[in-house]
Amino acid sequence: MSTQNGDSVDPGRRNPGRLVRPYTLTGGRTRPSHADLELEALVSTTSLGESTDLSLSYEQQSIAMLCRDVLSVAEVSARLDLPLGVARVLVADMADEGLVIVHRPTIPGDRPDLALLERVLYGLRTI
Amino acid sequence: MIAGGFGVGKTTFVGSVSEIVPLTTEAVLTAASVGVDDTEPVRGKTTTTVAMDFGRITLDSDLILYLFGTPGQDRFWFMWDDLVRGAIGAIVLVDTRRLAACFAAVDYFEHRELPFIVAINCFDGELRHSVDDVREALAIRSEVPIVLCDARIRESAKATLIELVELAVATATAAYKPARA
Repeated sequence: MSTQNGDSVDPGRRNPGRLVRPYTLTGGRTRPSHADLELEALVSTTSLGESTDLSLSYEQQSIAMLCRDVLSVAEVSARLDLPLGVARVLVADMADEGLVIVHRPTIPGDRPDLALLERVLYGLRTI
Repeated sequence: MIAGGFGVGKTTFVGSVSEIVPLTTEAVLTAASVGVDDTEPVRGKTTTTVAMDFGRITLDSDLILYLFGTPGQDRFWFMWDDLVRGAIGAIVLVDTRRLAACFAAVDYFEHRELPFIVAINCFDGELRHSVDDVREALAIRSEVPIVLCDARIRESAKATLIELVELAVATATAAYKPARA
């Protein structure tokens, strides 16, 4: 019996298991062709990615459908129940093929600048 | 980032303010990575999965704030490096019944020089130790705000987020001024 509650999820309990080894989806690669995509990098499907006459894999089709609304890499991973590393590789490859556009944080590795922080502060106060 | 020990209420906090039901993303890790922080590195080829819960707040048509809960177990600290990149700051949630559970988070953010505040999650409105006691017990510097919150209540969680962003603004302003002079 599980005693877990609160803020952590036991994936084994929640998820009956995957039939395909995750990294077979990515052709055995574990690193995206881009530098590591940030969890919060935003993904949106291009008109090319939306066209129905492409022969995309099931995962690519799913990502192209999902990202008609802009979603983060983390959300792609969660919504498709793919490990984060797999979602990163798939999204990066789709970006290379022009199927999605990835909007990365302006200055990766740095802190948000003052103007952005002030916008966040204003936004939080008004929601 | 929302950090703190296992079961302290991180997902509850995220859920209170998020516009979406908190989602979970999983990272598959190899044993070699898991052993990084251990004194005895794990040998062998086992893998493990670490789960991170997160939520989202749309602040403007082109501005989305993501709230990431850190994986609860200390041995997954290195995952936090991913989260720290580009982060505004961190809220360390504290359960005063288990103060020791948040030592790791406080240490980590001090080393990374990420703006952070400590938020005492008052279950049932109960405060078992005073703010001063918590500050002393955790050796929190006086510049680091300690606030009380109830992670279940949206307005309380929101006020805690605002407190953090105010600190981040103050930190960024202080860093900016000398450069201009």
